[in-house]
Amino acid sequence: MSNLYLCAPQMEDIVTRIQDEKAGGVAIRTVKSFLSKIPSVVSGADIVQWLMKNLSIEDPAEAIHLGSLIAAHGYIFPISDHVLTLKDDGTLYRFQSPYFWPSNCWEPENTDYAIYLCKRTMQNKARLELADYEAENLARLQRAFARKWEFIFMQAEAQVKIDRKKDKAERKILDSQERAFWDVHRPVPGCVNTTEMDIRKCRREKNPHRVKKSVYGVPDDGQSQPSPVHISSQPSRKPTKEDVQKEITFLNIQLDRHCMKVSKVADSLMTYTEQFMEYDPFVSGVEPSNPWISDDTTFWDMEASRDPSQQRVKKWGFSLEEALKDPAGRDQFLKFLESEFSSENLRFWLAVQDLKRRPLQEVSTRAQEIWQEFLAEGAPSSINLDSHSYELTSQNLKDPGRYSFEDAQEHIFKLMKSDSYARFLRSNIYQDLLLARKKQPADTEQGRRTSLEKFTRSVGKSLTGKRLTGLMQSS
Amino acid sequence: MCDQTFMAATFGPCDSCSKASPLMNIYIKSEAINYCSFCVEMMACQGLQKGETLATLKKESENLKKKLEEERGKLNDIELHQVAEKVEAVAALSLKTRRVLKGHGNKVLCVDWCKDKRRLVSSSQDGKVIVWDAFTLNKEHGVTLPCTWVMACAYAPSGCAVACGGLDNKCSVVPLSLDRNENLAAKKKSVAMHTNYVSGCSFTNSDMQLLTSSGDGTCALWDVESGQLLQSFHGHTADVLSLDLAPSETGNTFVSGGCDMKANVWDMRSGQNIQSFESHESDINCVKYYPSGDAFASASDDATCRFYDLRADREVAVYQKDSIIFGASSVDFSLSGRLLFTGYNDYTINVWDVLKGTRVSILLGHENRISRVRVSPDGTALCSASWDNSLRIEGTGPRGNPTHPAPQLHPPAHSGRSQSVPRADRIYSPSNKFLVFPWVFSQWEWLGKSSKGSALEPS
Repeated sequence: MSNLYLCAPQMEDIVTRIQDEKAGGVAIRTVKSFLSKIPSVVSGADIVQWLMKNLSIEDPAEAIHLGSLIAAHGYIFPISDHVLTLKDDGTLYRFQSPYFWPSNCWEPENTDYAIYLCKRTMQNKARLELADYEAENLARLQRAFARKWEFIFMQAEAQVKIDRKKDKAERKILDSQERAFWDVHRPVPGCVNTTEMDIRKCRREKNPHRVKKSVYGVPDDGQSQPSPVHISSQPSRKPTKEDVQKEITFLNIQLDRHCMKVSKVADSLMTYTEQFMEYDPFVSGVEPSNPWISDDTTFWDMEASRDPSQQRVKKWGFSLEEALKDPAGRDQFLKFLESEFSSENLRFWLAVQDLKRRPLQEVSTRAQEIWQEFLAEGAPSSINLDSHSYELTSQNLKDPGRYSFEDAQEHIFKLMKSDSYARFLRSNIYQDLLLARKKQPADTEQGRRTSLEKFTRSVGKSLTGKRLTGLMQSS
Repeated sequence: MCDQTFMAATFGPCDSCSKASPLMNIYIKSEAINYCSFCVEMMACQGLQKGETLATLKKESENLKKKLEEERGKLNDIELHQVAEKVEAVAALSLKTRRVLKGHGNKVLCVDWCKDKRRLVSSSQDGKVIVWDAFTLNKEHGVTLPCTWVMACAYAPSGCAVACGGLDNKCSVVPLSLDRNENLAAKKKSVAMHTNYVSGCSFTNSDMQLLTSSGDGTCALWDVESGQLLQSFHGHTADVLSLDLAPSETGNTFVSGGCDMKANVWDMRSGQNIQSFESHESDINCVKYYPSGDAFASASDDATCRFYDLRADREVAVYQKDSIIFGASSVDFSLSGRLLFTGYNDYTINVWDVLKGTRVSILLGHENRISRVRVSPDGTALCSASWDNSLRIEGTGPRGNPTHPAPQLHPPAHSGRSQSVPRADRIYSPSNKFLVFPWVFSQWEWLGKSSKGSALEPS
């Protein structure tokens, strides 16, 4: 019921507004049809119009969709159809009585349903005739409730008697509202049952005092199947003093935090989007083609290749993080560092990244290995740490864990970022990759021209030179 | 409490600790007693602890909250959409439904992409977990869990395993083998144990660690191999419904959202709650980091999605509309963070311009609530899971040429029906008693002005 319960205030507000003719709602009319009158109805088109006007919806399809959902939840219903949808035409609709609104947390029993169906069979009227699926349901219920069928039958009879006393027009409306209620709670097969709940939410939403079980005041004898309910073992607890104290500490930390102004943040978000726009298939499309559209996987093959496209290489220049994210970028950066004889920094950083991803069992040995390789005295690839970080790390190593090298790793990352990364971007390795790709289109153009020249030369013999130059210029 | 407010009257054994020391004469219920200063202090603190301070502490906390709000308010010098006015509007989207994945027998509750950009794992209410090659529509693996409502599933970064969990209060890891006939359920390994349902799970950047969120109000990090709890995260006061790992390589944080209407940012190393955001008016169903890792979006039952920036430590945008009255269940960003895809309980997917805060498009097509939307790792496709038992995959058409005829490998699932059935009619299909609603078109229909019409068929 969670869905119903949560959106009910908004939906009910909308439904109330539609019905309020004085405040710009739709006109509820009595329509004269052949030989009879149809009381208090509105046309589907009117509702769609109202929704579009009052909820600023531009597309009728969206309004129809929303209206259909309101119908599926049982607030409005077509007067001659079990399927609760909204059509943008002259189909007639009626409003549900607030008594039957889903916010009353109805969860009607099968006994009630049986009484209702039974009742319908007693009222010898064409408009109340059971649909095929209803007849099937009735048969099934009759089997299930065989022992108390007499009781159900009696209840139904009593209901019919009460109904007969009512005014004819009123009865028409009430009958249809009752039918719509059951169309919501026992929908036509294939229709979405909008009363189905999200199991994560039902615990909280389910307030036993509010759930109305029986529509006809029949006592529940526990015959029917309860819907699956997930009940938490954990009662909601009141905040203890400790909680509040924790909160105070937390708030104090928050107060001390330095925060950026929204204008700065907005600029940064815009810059980020702009930078990555060309890599976003939903914004800029995909070259050569989106595999999902063209069924051609070239794009994925290109992405997977170690031979990066110019676009990819360009991305490495955005930040060191971006360069390290791409395996090819990482390789190139490592290659560059090797050429500078300073690859140990990156190798250390990667080793620590790897350490953090290891299974717990391997962590301590691996941590020691990293220490031996990069930090211990006489380590083969010793890295330079400031004394503070070094001290801290060696302390951490007494009880090695996944985060023993955090401080050192951060230090090295900053070092790489400020120093070698900047040089990498200026290096030949990077610039060649970035420019080599740019040259290629020029190359192919050159290639085409030479082949054209060849072509001209070979054909030239049979043509006059003048005509050919003209041809070339025009092309 | 300051000692100087009391006069040391006598020297002798304390009535409480009986040590000889300067004594203070105090009255409790008009009975005079002599306590040493240490015991007075102790008593005063205990008295405080017994209750009267809960109120004062709460008051202090309220004051701090107010102060924090004021401070943050000062930073709100301009609205994001005002700054974004100078940005060019995004071009109309041309999305096409390219795959419809059918095979689940009940509501699809969760889906996750494999790093290979084409495989998916999805979990369903009937306890089934399916691994798909979404590109070819093949079901590659199936696992049945001994419980219903498998609410969480995740693909391991290596692509060699999946994790799943739900009402069994566990999160299990299932290695995927190449041998199709092998019984995967037998190789299933319980890694995480909660005291309530598992609502979300995610591998960290490694196959070896699993992060879970649960209805018991906690999140937890587990060692996959040993099943050992590495770190637990306490701070939510109700069910945690969703979590998302920071996207950056160096990021050691994640964000979680839950029924206490809070979105919390955590440090995975210390287990500390670093930041907390509370502006939704109902349950937060989903949280998702902005691709840069500096911000995140949330979807809530209050029918809004919100955008929080971690550097400004506040909400910077709200995505809402009069016509959206149902709860939002799921969010995800496009690769550049410009577009936000949101799934709703009203069966639609809306696409928002993150910067301008406007809706770019609405997508109808699923026939029941959307449970999850996920953009593929390379941003080429959007996958949506729904309570209508199916998953759908959208791709973007080529730029500037939306009518580009694409070759069709797979016949669209509904094409026959949708072509022959007029919009405002309904039919009972004789084979499966399936009902086509007049308002639910048998295929995605984009309501964006530029791309109205059939989506499955190349027009």
